[in-house]
Amino acid sequence: MRCRKCGGKAVINMPQHRLALCKEHYLAWLPEQTERFIKKYRMFTRAEKVLVAVSGGKDSLSLWDILHRLGYQADGLYIALGIDGGVNYSAESQRLTEKFAAERGLTLHVVDVRAETGKTIPEWAEATWRGREKPCAVCGLVKRHEMNRIARDLGYDVLATGHNLDDEAAVLFGNTLAWAGEYLLRQGPVLEERGGLARKVKPLCRFYEREMAAYALLRGIEYIYEECPFSAGATSLYYKELLNRLENDRPGTKLAFYLNFLEARRAGLFAERSEVQQALHPCPGCGQPTSAPGLCSYCRMIEKGRDSQV
Amino acid sequence: MVKIILRDREFEVRAGMTLRDALRKCGILPEAVIATRQGEMITEDEILKDGEVVKLIAVISGG
Repeated sequence: MRCRKCGGKAVINMPQHRLALCKEHYLAWLPEQTERFIKKYRMFTRAEKVLVAVSGGKDSLSLWDILHRLGYQADGLYIALGIDGGVNYSAESQRLTEKFAAERGLTLHVVDVRAETGKTIPEWAEATWRGREKPCAVCGLVKRHEMNRIARDLGYDVLATGHNLDDEAAVLFGNTLAWAGEYLLRQGPVLEERGGLARKVKPLCRFYEREMAAYALLRGIEYIYEECPFSAGATSLYYKELLNRLENDRPGTKLAFYLNFLEARRAGLFAERSEVQQALHPCPGCGQPTSAPGLCSYCRMIEKGRDSQV
Repeated sequence: MVKIILRDREFEVRAGMTLRDALRKCGILPEAVIATRQGEMITEDEILKDGEVVKLIAVISGG
């Protein structure tokens, strides 16, 4: 297979775009496309300060790399979750993230969940019964809380995450199966700032997971290859596999599913629901915005698990 | 024969087939992996030769 741009040997074929590229042109094409999406969805400008949530995985490190290459003001935030799982998962992720930042002279903020809250993510899950065997709900809650806190406290204009198209299509698939209207309403490349919640953007939301892995590999980015030990059997992975089967038979299915959803929403498919946005108020515990009466779900979790011995 | 490695799994396929056919024979979705040979990425139309080792990199992550 030949590169569409130069006729050299292609290293990647993207049937959904009818495009095959060599290493050199692929490494130029992906940031160009990222720049196009940043502008198309009005994510941020070069005058704004971007905080990139980095996990040590291929997507977030690649995003940071791309934004750096494109000349954006992008700092990193790593949240140490304290997950071991027999593979030293969090420690290794942190090591790779710190190495990435040091090699490029980038600013990295590290938040240690245990140092901040007294317990690791698996310990909080154990202490609160909020998913004893599967701490994913606790993990998501803590990460959202910390990302917003740091973005707000350190004065960042926008919080960027490395969600790729497969992540977005899997979430959309799950929410569609459940006809989860409120969640469908909130899904998109940009989540606007409101009531103390930082503006959130997903610059990689139109790239296939395979494209992001190829970018990391070709750029020589060292990322954590091991899965989170708690991800085995996750519903989102099952949805990704189902969508990949569709993609295999009908190239472009995943992209069309996501883009047609965005277009349908833009055209007003969910217009009536948009009027029922819940009001936010500051949590009396941490001051972060919440729609819950009284304490936010993060503070309720902390209160519930504080006295437990794990 | 051609050896195909994905994490801790190993497969063997006949030489002379394309990577696309080899993956199908092993029950692996091309969309879920990147194939490398001697450290270089290869596309699905590549014809696999006797004695070669193809290392697959799983691309799906998250939970």
